[in-house]
Amino acid sequence: MEALYATTVGMLTACSIYLILRGRSFPIVIGITMLSYAVNLFLFSTGRLVMNELPIIGNQESYTDPLPQALVLTAIVIGFAMTAYSIILAVRVRGELGTDEVNEPNSSDAEGQR
Amino acid sequence: MLSQHLVILPLLIPMVTALLQLLPWGENPQRYRRALGMLSCTVLIVCATFLLTESASTPLVYALGSWQAPYGIVLVADGLSSLMVLLTAVLAFPVLWFACYGEDNLGSHFQALFQFQLLGIIGAFLTGDLFNLFVFFEVLLISSYALLMHGGGKLKLRATLHYVLLNLTGSAVFLISLGVLYGITGTLNMADLAIKIAALEGDNASIARAGGLLLLIVFALKAALLPLYFWLPQAYAMTTGTVAALFAIMTKVGIYAIIRVFTLLFGDDAGAAALLGYDWLWWLGLGTLAIGAIGVLGSRDLRLVISYLVVISVGTMLTVFSMNSERSISAVMYYMLHSTLITAALFLLVDVIAKQRGKTASRIIKGRRMAQHAALGIMFFIAAIAIIGMPPFSGFIGKLLILEAARTGAQVALLWPLVLGSTFLVMVALSRAGSRMFWHTFDGKPGDVTHPQSQLIPIGMLLAAIVGITVFADVINQFVERIAYDAMHPAAYIEAVLGGPHAK
Repeated sequence: MEALYATTVGMLTACSIYLILRGRSFPIVIGITMLSYAVNLFLFSTGRLVMNELPIIGNQESYTDPLPQALVLTAIVIGFAMTAYSIILAVRVRGELGTDEVNEPNSSDAEGQR
Repeated sequence: MLSQHLVILPLLIPMVTALLQLLPWGENPQRYRRALGMLSCTVLIVCATFLLTESASTPLVYALGSWQAPYGIVLVADGLSSLMVLLTAVLAFPVLWFACYGEDNLGSHFQALFQFQLLGIIGAFLTGDLFNLFVFFEVLLISSYALLMHGGGKLKLRATLHYVLLNLTGSAVFLISLGVLYGITGTLNMADLAIKIAALEGDNASIARAGGLLLLIVFALKAALLPLYFWLPQAYAMTTGTVAALFAIMTKVGIYAIIRVFTLLFGDDAGAAALLGYDWLWWLGLGTLAIGAIGVLGSRDLRLVISYLVVISVGTMLTVFSMNSERSISAVMYYMLHSTLITAALFLLVDVIAKQRGKTASRIIKGRRMAQHAALGIMFFIAAIAIIGMPPFSGFIGKLLILEAARTGAQVALLWPLVLGSTFLVMVALSRAGSRMFWHTFDGKPGDVTHPQSQLIPIGMLLAAIVGITVFADVINQFVERIAYDAMHPAAYIEAVLGGPHAK
């Protein structure tokens, strides 16, 4: 199970890094979303992977760590809000600048414009 | 009763204020919102001053919901945190005052966003829990995304997009590093982490080191260290003067996080993970310093010049911090006070200058005379002297302390030429900008945009604060030396948080 889990997280991260390095805003937003999935899975595994156990101490001999679940919930909420904001921002940029290129096309020195 | 909850007050004040400001306040809501905001900033200064005096001798620990560390989340106010909170409050008051002259009307809910921003910044300074640091970073970032867009405009959009996408990726990296550290140590309380990391050996220590370096990347992104600074000049130059002035503290949040985490968790006593990343900080800091100096000289816009001055100050502080001595940390702390206040003053000043010059705005070219030429000229002159680091102002004292902190030959050989060289380049750039804007003006009648005298008072206040930290340099220096001692000897901090002596 560990190997499958680790491969999944690794694949997600690799794909997201590829997407984040693209030049257009939409693939980048998708990449960041994917990265947040990978991160959530990774955080979940930091309490070690166990099957069929309760996050309660005392009732049985072994138990699963409840804290990573709380952390993942927080991370999901924040990540969701951030993704929504970045999508809106990307749409605004597309609407106002007429392009979804993250950097100004055909301009090597954007600072000189000012 | 009140003193018992003193540590959490600096968080509650901006939060409650922001919530109140969001209420519909009848016909002229902005009047009430401004009054509330100014009240909040005033109370915050008082509160932060109390906090500083209370926490001067021993760190104050506030266990939220009375859940004791390391299981519960704690707020910790030691000298370092309290000083940063006070600095934030002292910065926020004049900046908000300046914004109340119409700039807060450019977009909706500027006032509430301003308070939420303060909440995030102060929370990041006060928290004693690494995951909570992440949460407060997010609070601070969410409001900063909105504030950067304040006023709208195409130029801001692109700079904001870069800022948002970079920081989202940064947040993901932050979570990964938290996961790594939690997976290895089983705790996220910083004091507890310090003990657990010091006890690690072998492979586990290597993994903790990897997690620590990931943390360094995140903090370096916030602080704008060399390979990660590219977002800063554009973002700061494009946004409004008020927001840029408030953001003068934002890079310092990153620097504070580096000082806190890398002295407490990865300091001298951290066993196999001791002095993690210090060599990276040294070289990248020097590089940042050099790049910033080149940027200052190459910029054709005064706002960009000041943005690059922020980059220089970041490079200087992180380089000096990486020398890892009490002397260097106290020099960083003094320089941090100086550079935050003076950068904010300059951003506000350039905003006024750009408005009064009209079409030429803040570009460094010949333009119209400004309506309040003399007053602005004098203020620019004082601010420029202070930020260059010429006597008699605090910049000079700050740079002196920094140069003194370099002890070994190798440190002196690299740090002195770069600091002094960048000082020279900044002097050239600012004297060029000042002479173009104030002396080489077109003949004829000056521009007709004037600012009310009372709007210039906040800039005067920031400059007065600069004079203040110059005059009281000795007192402040003694205080930051104590902070530096505490940072280098984290046993007192750990004992205050976890209670009882702990072997480290």
